[in-house]
Amino acid sequence: MAASLQFRDVTLGYDRHPAVHHLNGDVTPGALLAIVGPNGAGKSTLFRGIVGILKPLAGSILTGDLDVRDIAYLPQTADIDRSFPISVFDFVGTGLWRSTGFFGGMGDRKSRDRIAQALASVGLSGFENRGIGTLSGGQMQRLLFARVLLQDARLIVLDEPLNAIDAKTSDDLLALVRRWHTEGRTVLAALHDMDLVRANFPDTLLLARGPVAWGKTADVLTAENLLQARRMCEAFDEGAAACAVHDAPSRAA
Amino acid sequence: MIYDALIAPFTEFEFMRRALAAVIALALGGAPIGVFLMLRRMSLVGDAMAHAILPGAAIGFLLSGLNLFAMTAGGLIAGFTVAILSGVVARATELKEDASLATFYLASLALGVTIVSIKGTNIDLLHVLFGNILAMDNPTLLMIACNATITLIVLAVIYRPLVIESVDPLFLRTVSRAGAPAHLAFLALVVVNLVNGFQALGTLLAVGLMILPAGIARFWSRDITGMICIAVVSAIVSGYAGLVLSFQTKVPSGPAIILVAALLYMASVLFGSVSGVIRQMFPGRHLEA
Repeated sequence: MAASLQFRDVTLGYDRHPAVHHLNGDVTPGALLAIVGPNGAGKSTLFRGIVGILKPLAGSILTGDLDVRDIAYLPQTADIDRSFPISVFDFVGTGLWRSTGFFGGMGDRKSRDRIAQALASVGLSGFENRGIGTLSGGQMQRLLFARVLLQDARLIVLDEPLNAIDAKTSDDLLALVRRWHTEGRTVLAALHDMDLVRANFPDTLLLARGPVAWGKTADVLTAENLLQARRMCEAFDEGAAACAVHDAPSRAA
Repeated sequence: MIYDALIAPFTEFEFMRRALAAVIALALGGAPIGVFLMLRRMSLVGDAMAHAILPGAAIGFLLSGLNLFAMTAGGLIAGFTVAILSGVVARATELKEDASLATFYLASLALGVTIVSIKGTNIDLLHVLFGNILAMDNPTLLMIACNATITLIVLAVIYRPLVIESVDPLFLRTVSRAGAPAHLAFLALVVVNLVNGFQALGTLLAVGLMILPAGIARFWSRDITGMICIAVVSAIVSGYAGLVLSFQTKVPSGPAIILVAALLYMASVLFGSVSGVIRQMFPGRHLEA
């Protein structure tokens, strides 16, 4: 069953300073939702809240019957220590955590086949024994997609999955995203390429430290909305007063 | 001649056999922990923790003399106290964890040396600072072997989350809540192995048989399993050669072991197959793919 998400006046941030302010709305099961906005808009912060790494400063994110293992999170590659001596096989095999747990091996035939299939799906067959530090940026991104494939999750959260990669890799990875969507999984992706969003994502949430617009992509990515997002205030004021806002616009995808 | 130099000390003298057994146990437990310390960029944290256990061991020494269990318990309590306090200060204030740990371990070291100086003798202080692997009695040896066994078992249990937490901590936090317990268990293993090394090598060199073999292994393997195996073997070789050197030249055994490990490290820097200096200067013809 596909996963749904409900944001109930949620504010996420760090040290009492909000990065995403008063977000309301529902992500319907099976949605393919793009999250767009300028740098510092709160996209990664929102994702961290969704996957449970960051506790909301206020409000709540309701994930229904989702277990932590039902969520696959693709972080930005900057968060990964690529100097660590781990092979492509072992790294992607961590996606099997759900079935292997603490002690389960990855050397049995079934696991090896699943890992081989996942690597083949992203064009990394033959890379099994290479260290992850030897991969290019695009290859690393494909590796992360292979791990998401193995996680077999109901909710997939992709944080800037197509940054700094070439057109062909981008097309290949987008094909995977569409496949997940047709399989009924709920997919959220933070992206910067508006043309790509318009072509591939039916729904969009435009963030600028709070919701600017949320709905059908064509209705959200208007010149007016994008200009409003660009005017986002990046203030981080230690002397700011406590927030008095209680009502925020509510939208649903 | 070779037999007399390399084998005879161990066949003729029981204290040398005990020392060799102790060094093998230390290598089996400490070297894998050293590899993880290095890969998690915590090498100097291990060094700081080694100093932090001193006051606990000193208080144990004052209460019970050279009693292994009292000193081990004291060392463990001091090590955990410093680790937890520095962690709490780092999270509650703007001070980073390394700075917080540095202040606590320095205070702890000063306190330990003061306690030993006031109540003990200079010989006691030297014992605490540099250990004495040639004075292993049965309980000490058993304790070291026990700690090494516990280390290997716990490491096997936390191995997978520890690796994933090192390479991709966000991922681990999204799929499991094992990250924090694994990190704490790892810190506990660091303290246990430091206390282990403390008996043989003293507070100042206890971390040596953990970090130097890990550094050696980094130059010979790109794979973590290979690194752990090489680190254990190089720690055992350093221990054996250090004991022989100490026996033949009367150099103190702890520093002799660490000096041999340092020589192996220098050789690895020069000749290591993974980014060794010579390898980088003469890489050979490049491949086609």
